[in-house]
Amino acid sequence: MNDQGVATILETSQPATAAKGPVKLAVHNLSISYGGTPALVGVDLEIHENEIFGIIGPANSGKTSFLKALNRMDMFNPAMQVAGDILFNGTNIRQWRNVYALRRRIGVVFPLPVGLPMTVYDNVALAPRLSGVNRKADLDDIVERCLRRAALWDEVKDRLDSLGSLLSGGQQQRLTIARALSQDPELLMLDEFSIAVDPVTTMRIEDVLKELRTEMTIILVTNLTQQARRLADRTAFFLTGSCVEIGDTEALFTGNVQDTRTADYIAGRFG
Amino acid sequence: MADTTRTVAEPIPTAAPAAFDRRDADWYLDKAVQVLVFIGGISAIIFIIGIFVFVTREGFGFLLEGFSFGEFFGSPRWKPTSEYNTTYGILALVAGTASVTGLAMIVAIPFSLGAAIYIAEFATGKTREILKVLVELLAAIPSVVWGFIGLTIMNPLIIELFDVPVGLNVLNAGVILGLMAAPIMTSIAEDALKAVPDRYREAAEAMGATRWQVIYRVVLPAAKNGLLGAVLLGVGRGFGETMAVLMASGHAVNLPDSIFDSVRALTATIAAELGETAVGSEHYQALFTIGIFLFIITFLINLTADLIVRGIRKG
Ligand SMILES: Nc1ncnc2c1ncn2[C@@H]1O[C@H](COP(=O)(O)OP(=O)(O)OP(=O)(O)O)[C@@H](O)[C@H]1O
Ligand SMILES: [Mg+2]
Repeated sequence: MNDQGVATILETSQPATAAKGPVKLAVHNLSISYGGTPALVGVDLEIHENEIFGIIGPANSGKTSFLKALNRMDMFNPAMQVAGDILFNGTNIRQWRNVYALRRRIGVVFPLPVGLPMTVYDNVALAPRLSGVNRKADLDDIVERCLRRAALWDEVKDRLDSLGSLLSGGQQQRLTIARALSQDPELLMLDEFSIAVDPVTTMRIEDVLKELRTEMTIILVTNLTQQARRLADRTAFFLTGSCVEIGDTEALFTGNVQDTRTADYIAGRFG
Repeated sequence: MADTTRTVAEPIPTAAPAAFDRRDADWYLDKAVQVLVFIGGISAIIFIIGIFVFVTREGFGFLLEGFSFGEFFGSPRWKPTSEYNTTYGILALVAGTASVTGLAMIVAIPFSLGAAIYIAEFATGKTREILKVLVELLAAIPSVVWGFIGLTIMNPLIIELFDVPVGLNVLNAGVILGLMAAPIMTSIAEDALKAVPDRYREAAEAMGATRWQVIYRVVLPAAKNGLLGAVLLGVGRGFGETMAVLMASGHAVNLPDSIFDSVRALTATIAAELGETAVGSEHYQALFTIGIFLFIITFLINLTADLIVRGIRKG
């Protein structure tokens, strides 16, 4: 797998910034359609370990659908068809023993915060409990660690017993992140996480993500191109169902693009 | 600066009134509808108060004279027509109603909860629609039909299965009442489950929760109030049901000590005896006193159910 990763770097001839790790996720010729209508066509990309991979693109470009395919959320939507190969750690995700084992390794944060209607503590302890952790001390540990990592601990440590769904929007979004971290995912996918969050909290979460990249791989779908610039090592530009371009983020943002549409979008000259 | 002083001196300009704005006319309609709805709401309350006043007035004489609190609630002897020793004790009747309703809930809760979970969480498309229609149909079966099933099917079945002399007993009435209450409970419980937003399920699924884990860790707790409400409405139904219980319970005044004992329910007593009493007699008034009691109990049960469904009581 290491060899394959190195080979890819040589192939794509992109400016090598940081030393890239092995390939965490490889997508080959991925197409997604809803009841026959294509939403995403022919995507090929590779994401490396401990990299923050940005995805930008206007509405309706298929970004969310892409994330859904990665952790097999298509399973409960019969209308959603996924074709092509997705290799996670080198294994096709369709060959995973069970889909739950896959999802445990992939944390997801949705655009709108979802504080489950249970206490703050239970929100974070949910996944560990599902996996069979029952000792109070262990759970306490996990809850505190994840809330700290999501930059929420100081605000909620005195109200762990209040309902998670009653926190403010920005707090709920960090709660969602804490929950996603509670099972130490290898891959964290964030879908426009700052849509309902104020700028200050957004910056705090961005700091959190910068720290997390040492431990996990992160896919960041964002509508804020500057956010991708601040965080992502490489960025993909999606447009109406296809992946127009993938490149080193700094290169894209300094005008070093292969497709003028990418530059137009980044510069805000679109449509 | 000069501009500011000028605006202060002159009347503040407002938007010129539009020649015609539909909303001005609709405003009257709005008020009219408000009044109508208010009258509707008020009349419901007036009817309830009216019924309560009527029932209370009919039972009032008894409450003032023949009534003894200790005897009424403490004695298992319901002997309104006894020559020497008329006693009006409803303990056995309360026990009858309670035991039948209790058993009914033991039958109905797993059935209705299971059905509701299946319909709301697992069934899709056509299956779901068909099941929902079937449940509605079941809920529409008249209670006398259920009583008939109790008499003609359950009765011989119980006698044969358990080798008991009579099959009209707590078991029979409880099962019948349970089957009767299950559809309406299913329907309410299903509403409660459907009211749980899908994003909760998605969030839990995305974390790798299995289908069943999603249901019992996230969906059921989130729907807790609605589900409790469904159960309580079932209990209310059990307390108030008359005909099916009258036919299936054996209608014998009895403090049951097993599910094979015949019992008599409060409602069935009123239904069976009211026609044979002289209007205004002590017996007649005693029956109305039972009515008052039932009225208060079902009112309380429904009120609690309502409060719970609205989530005023947070668990
Ligand atoms: N559940 C669904 N059923 C049917 N069509 C869907 C569904 N979800 C997405 N689509 C379609 O797939 C296409 C891509 O949608 P997607 O949500 O992936 O876009 P997006 O890039 O995430 O947009 P946004 O930036 O607005 O979130 C759209 O045309 C949309 O209508
Ligand atoms: Mg989206």
